[in-house]
Amino acid sequence: MQRLFYDTIKGGDFRAREHNVYRLAEISNQIIDQCVAQGVPFAREYGGQLANRSFGGAQVSRTFYARGQTGQQLLLGSYQALSRQIAAGQVKMFPRTEMLDLVVVDGRACGIVTRDLVSGAIESHAADAVILATGGYSNVFYLSTNAKGCNVTATWRAHKRGAGFANPCFTQIHPTCIPVTGDHQSKLTLMSESLRNDGRVWVPLRPSDQRPPAQIPEAERDYYLERRYPSFGNLVPRDVASRAAKAVCDENRGVGPGGRGVFLDFSDAISRQGEAVVRERYGNLFDMYERITAENPYKVPMRIYPAVHYTMGGLWVDYNLMTTVPGLFVLGEANFSDHGANRLGASALMQGLADGYFIIPYAIGGYLAGSKAGTASTDKPEFGAAKAQVKERANRLLARKGKRTAMSFHRELGKLLWENCGMARTAAGLQQALSRIPELREQFWREVMVPGGPEELNQSLESAGRVGDFLEFSELLCRDALAREESCGGHFRQEYQTPDGEARRDDARFAHVAVWEHRGDGQEPLRHTEPLSFANVHLAQRSYK
Amino acid sequence: MNLVLMVWRQENARTVGHMQRIEAKDISPDMSFLEMLDVVNQRLTVAGQSPITFDHDCREGICGSCGVVINGVPHGPQPGTTTCQLHMRHFRDGQVVVIEPFRARAFPVIRDLMIDRSAFDRVIAAGGFITSPTGSAPDGNAMLVSKGAADAAMDAAACIGCGACVAACPNASAMLFVGAKVSHLGLLPQGRPERWSRVHAMVAAMDAEGFGGCTNYLECTAVCPKNVSPDFIGRLNRDLIGAVFLARPRVASTEAG
Repeated sequence: MQRLFYDTIKGGDFRAREHNVYRLAEISNQIIDQCVAQGVPFAREYGGQLANRSFGGAQVSRTFYARGQTGQQLLLGSYQALSRQIAAGQVKMFPRTEMLDLVVVDGRACGIVTRDLVSGAIESHAADAVILATGGYSNVFYLSTNAKGCNVTATWRAHKRGAGFANPCFTQIHPTCIPVTGDHQSKLTLMSESLRNDGRVWVPLRPSDQRPPAQIPEAERDYYLERRYPSFGNLVPRDVASRAAKAVCDENRGVGPGGRGVFLDFSDAISRQGEAVVRERYGNLFDMYERITAENPYKVPMRIYPAVHYTMGGLWVDYNLMTTVPGLFVLGEANFSDHGANRLGASALMQGLADGYFIIPYAIGGYLAGSKAGTASTDKPEFGAAKAQVKERANRLLARKGKRTAMSFHRELGKLLWENCGMARTAAGLQQALSRIPELREQFWREVMVPGGPEELNQSLESAGRVGDFLEFSELLCRDALAREESCGGHFRQEYQTPDGEARRDDARFAHVAVWEHRGDGQEPLRHTEPLSFANVHLAQRSYK
Repeated sequence: MNLVLMVWRQENARTVGHMQRIEAKDISPDMSFLEMLDVVNQRLTVAGQSPITFDHDCREGICGSCGVVINGVPHGPQPGTTTCQLHMRHFRDGQVVVIEPFRARAFPVIRDLMIDRSAFDRVIAAGGFITSPTGSAPDGNAMLVSKGAADAAMDAAACIGCGACVAACPNASAMLFVGAKVSHLGLLPQGRPERWSRVHAMVAAMDAEGFGGCTNYLECTAVCPKNVSPDFIGRLNRDLIGAVFLARPRVASTEAG
């Protein structure tokens, strides 16, 4: 546990709250017990005990897994437990419903406004407290490994209603994704990080080497992760592996069409352990890779490239997971609390399940005890006002009848951010993005084309509303990246690096959480800070050498 | 390459649908099937026509949201592949591609290619879980699970609930889906106490939703994107017989916790 605690703090580049991370590590065992009891089919040793393997950023085997689909199986476990509560009448489910605003009455979160995605009806829901578990904002980059439906709308609306947004610039780029093939690309597919346990990452030693991988002799290959980081090798944390891949591609040593890719080679693992062992461990991933690329990874090395995968930033929460708006709680990726500037492998589900199963049931009680239950009502004028605003916005989108689809704006925004606020950021690039984003936003509201009507199923309207929010949020993302004049974890400012190209933190000026306060549209947001203090760990430069 | 799409268009469950012919020009073989539909939709939108509505989310074959019938086959021509991971290189230039929603009485069309699969959620809610209130779990290693049982349970748990099995079955049976869940949970010692009541409850819910019975066509396994084995249907039948003789039907435990 101590080790998990320390690795998580270190992996997050000392930008997470120490006590939050300690709590997470403490709960981690209970999560596995709970999931086993729910019937999650974790891998077992022959003796019947739970099996472990190692994962990025860790030198010990401590990750429990269910083939290459652990996250999916944990999700199914929760889904089944939730279904049971739905049948028992404890939970009412609203499928195909989207939250479009938070309602705050007398400074407390009292409910939400939603849109029924099938009928288009705008509805109010009153509550004693509001809990958001609406995920991260990776899709602001358009291309990411997140599901297409992921968006920032719920957290952004909550931010505009007063919830502070913390560290939006902490975004994680995952090193093992399938490279982009063209402009039609709608998402990037993640190959599980577990592949780095057995695969070796390399590129040709010479720039622009177009030979097929099999014809490049051992001596002319550069296993750059093993070379630069001898002790962690291919298992360095995600941010380090991603930047290293970008660096070799920038040297024109990338492979595949467009030169934005590196090899992930399993030939050593296959010759050492046999194809059957590799197939047992990664069979489904290898099949998936072949389906997408039409290349057989048992025969030729995979090609991988980094892609946006996770966002450590999110709404600011206190130790009880409550935001700056009393009564509004945020769980999982949607909050900012535990991963600092970079998240380690296998810890997203760990945090999500810890927040949901073991923290919020205890943490919310203190708030609920301080108010009278059942007093919230949708009769309050704030609900009517929020509903009217939501409707007005939808009508404004539908009225434009311009020439461009919301998707084309989204793609343009994503490209702008990937280039200027992606794996390597500079003050000049960020300033350029900050001047371009408002122009793009104006253009969007002038020229967007949204077919259909408001009170019907309208996927174009859903997408346009989300893109509209991304266009506002992206500005905060760049602003935060510009203000944080240091490199840490997933946030890499080219101006702040060590002579050998590693991230250089500035603990004297930036050992804090940046919390942004919204002060109205068109107004500069205010940057607050929460200092981070460490009682148990010593702040050191991360070294994976 | 250029394709001719014949796409099912239907306003909602109460209206009559029809096929619409749409030309899809300049399609890259590296596109996924859904990316091809994205491109078509962008063009339809700009041309002032209504885009094709379809469900999708993860686009990496694990969420179970997407799924259409392509040239008569749920999820299309490539075995073991969801619609989102099917790539256009499996089609020929000039080919006519017929795209329809998954059809079954229990899956009403919401619009175009989007269907309502909440029947599956209700079948799971009837018993597709292990009653384990949060916070009361014993140590994960307290009960040993043989590697064989864990692996077999994992094979069954690979089901993503997309509903292709139902769409492919002449009886619109959900036996593969239910069999997979009953087997996944029943194979593990944690799920054994509720083994009989679970089978009763889930089969009853399946019948109530309007899914048909299994008559061993095995079309379901042919189209299953996760290659879930028909053995689990056999296991479901055996468990159901066991439940009839060994336990009275009772409503699965639904108390709060």
